Amino acid sequence: MAVNRTGLAVETSGLVKTFGKTRAVDGLDLAVPAGTVYGLLGPNGAGKTTAVRMLATLLRPDGGEARVFGHDLRTEADAVRTRVSLTGQYASVDEDLTGTENLILLSRLLGYRKPAARERAAQLLAAFGLTDAADRQVKKYSGGMRRRIDIAASILNTPDLLFLDEPTTGLDPRSRNQVWEIIRAVVAQGTTVLLTTQYLDEADQLAGRIAVIDEGKVIAEGTPGQLKSSIGAGTVHLRLRDAAQRPEAERILAKVLDTTVHQEADPVALTARVGGSGAAVDAAAAGSRALAELAGAGIVVDEFSLGQPSLDEVFLALTDKAARNEENA
Amino acid sequence: MSTTTIAPEGTAYTPSAETIAAVLAPGEKPRRPGPLSASLTFGWRAMLKIKHVPEQLFDVTMFPIIMTLMFTYLFGGALAGSPREYLQYLLPGIMVTSVVMITMYTGVGLNTDIEKGVFDRFRTLAVWRPAALVGMILGDVLRYVLAATVIMGVGMVLGFRPGGGVLGVLAGIGLLVVFSFAFSWIWTWLGLILRSEKSVMGVSMLVLFPLTFLSNVFVQPTTMPGWLQAFVDVNPITHLVAAVRSVMAGAPDAGAITWVLVASAVCTAVFGALTMHRYNRK
Repeated sequence: MAVNRTGLAVETSGLVKTFGKTRAVDGLDLAVPAGTVYGLLGPNGAGKTTAVRMLATLLRPDGGEARVFGHDLRTEADAVRTRVSLTGQYASVDEDLTGTENLILLSRLLGYRKPAARERAAQLLAAFGLTDAADRQVKKYSGGMRRRIDIAASILNTPDLLFLDEPTTGLDPRSRNQVWEIIRAVVAQGTTVLLTTQYLDEADQLAGRIAVIDEGKVIAEGTPGQLKSSIGAGTVHLRLRDAAQRPEAERILAKVLDTTVHQEADPVALTARVGGSGAAVDAAAAGSRALAELAGAGIVVDEFSLGQPSLDEVFLALTDKAARNEENA
Repeated sequence: MSTTTIAPEGTAYTPSAETIAAVLAPGEKPRRPGPLSASLTFGWRAMLKIKHVPEQLFDVTMFPIIMTLMFTYLFGGALAGSPREYLQYLLPGIMVTSVVMITMYTGVGLNTDIEKGVFDRFRTLAVWRPAALVGMILGDVLRYVLAATVIMGVGMVLGFRPGGGVLGVLAGIGLLVVFSFAFSWIWTWLGLILRSEKSVMGVSMLVLFPLTFLSNVFVQPTTMPGWLQAFVDVNPITHLVAAVRSVMAGAPDAGAITWVLVASAVCTAVFGALTMHRYNRK
C-alpha cells in the first residue's frame, strides 16, 4: 500500500472533466485533510457532483492529477475503491429489495460470509433506527429513512473516506438534523467526510474547511470563519417597531457606527457593516452604543443582532467578485 | 371528528454516536470475494427481484404461451394440414423466438438500474468488475429456462412429440440458453449506450422482429424469393433453430450445433468486451 506522507485524504491539481463542450470541472485544486469534514459548496451546476464522481472512481478525469490517500485515481482505481464509499444524490440502494436484503447483498460483495453478513446488516439497521423497517422494500421508505439506509450502505465497508453528495437535499428539518448527527458520529470515528452541499448553513455547521466552487473551479477556500472574515467583519441587523422612524434611526446608526447603513426591502429593517477585519470586540461595543442612542431618541427596536456575515453573503460576494474579474480580464 | 397525531414511524429516531461508532469499529476486513462468488451474489439479487416483483414473470410465462397457441392455430391448418402437424415443425422455432425476444429485457433492466443509481454503488465496490452484469444475466438465464420449459409443456399438451426424447429436449433447451446468454451481452451494451428504457425497447424490437420472422421459424425458406433466402441463410436465428430442431428430433446437425456454439463464444467475447469498456468509463 502506498504511504500517504501528506496526511491528505484527497489531493487534486488541475482536475478537469468535460462533457462535450461543457467544462463541468475546470482545473480543480483540492487538498482535503484526513479525519475532517470538508465541504464543497456551490450552486447547482457548479461541478460538485462531477468532482465527487471522479474522486469515487465513477468518472474518468480528462485532465489533471488526483490522489486519494496517495493512490492515483487513474492507475490505482481499485485501491481507491477499497477505501472510499459514495452516497449519491439518488438512492444507491435497490428499491425493490428490503433494507436487510440490500445490506446483506453489499456485505456479501465485501466478502462477509452469510451469517456474518446477516449480523452486519442487523447491526447497521439498528444503528440507523431501521430495525422496524428491515423487512420492508426500500421503495416504501420515507425520504429520511431512505437517506439513512443509503448512508448505512455506504459505511458498511468502514470506509476511510465517505463522499456525501448533497445528503440533505429534499429532507425535512428533522431528518436533516438526523443526517447531521450521523455525519458527526461518523467523522468522530476518524472517517474523512467529503460533503457537497448548496446549503451554506450545512457547510457552516459541519465542515472544518470549505471550498467554494463555481463553474468548476475553487473560488475560495478556508475555514468557515476565514471565509466570512475575508469579506469584512461583523454585520448589525435591526428591525424597528415603526417604519416611520426608519430614516431617523438610519441617521443615528450612520453617525454612531461611522459607516453606510442599508435600508432593507423589509420597511422596518436596517443593516450596517461594522469594523475592519478582526474587529469583533469593537463591533460589539459600537453596537451597544448605537442601541443606547436609539433608545435615547425614543426609537423602539424590536430585533437587534450582531454577527459575522452569513455564508450566503460570503457566497454572493465571492461569486460577484469572480464575475467582475472575468469582465475585467 | 377527532384526529390522533401519531409520529410517523422512523422520525422518532435519534442517532447515537456509540452505536454508529460500534458499526465503524475497525474490525477485521473480510477477504474480497472471487469472480464466481461475486457473480453469484449478484445472481441472488436477481432472484430477490423476482420474489418481490413476480409480475415480471409474465413475460416468461404468458407471452410464450400466447405465441405458441397463436401461431400453431393461425398457420397450422394452412401450412401443414393441421395444427398438430404444424406443431412438430413450429415448436422448436417458436421456443427460440420467444426466448430470444425475452433477452431484450436484460438491456431494459440494466438501463433502469443505472437510471436509478444502484449501479453507482456497485461500481464503487472493489469486486471483479463484470460480476454485476454477469450476475444479472445469470438471473435472466433462469427466466430463459423457465420460458423454454413453459413452451415445452404447452407443446406437449398440444401434441408435440419430439423424436429425440427427454435428452434431445434438454439438449435443445441447453443450446438455446447458451445462445441467449451470449445474445444478452448485446443488450447490456445497448442498455449502457442508449439514453432511456424506451429507446432500448425500440432498438431491440427493430433488431428482433426481422431476426425472428425472417428465418426458418415459421416456414421452410425454400418458398421465399432468392434475396430473402440469402438473408435467412446468414441469420443466426436460422442456424440456432436448425440446431435446436435437429437435437430435439434426435438427429443432431453437427454443423449447425458447432455454428451456434462458435457464434455464442464470439458474441460473448465481442459484446462482453464492448459492454465492459462502456461500463468502466460511464
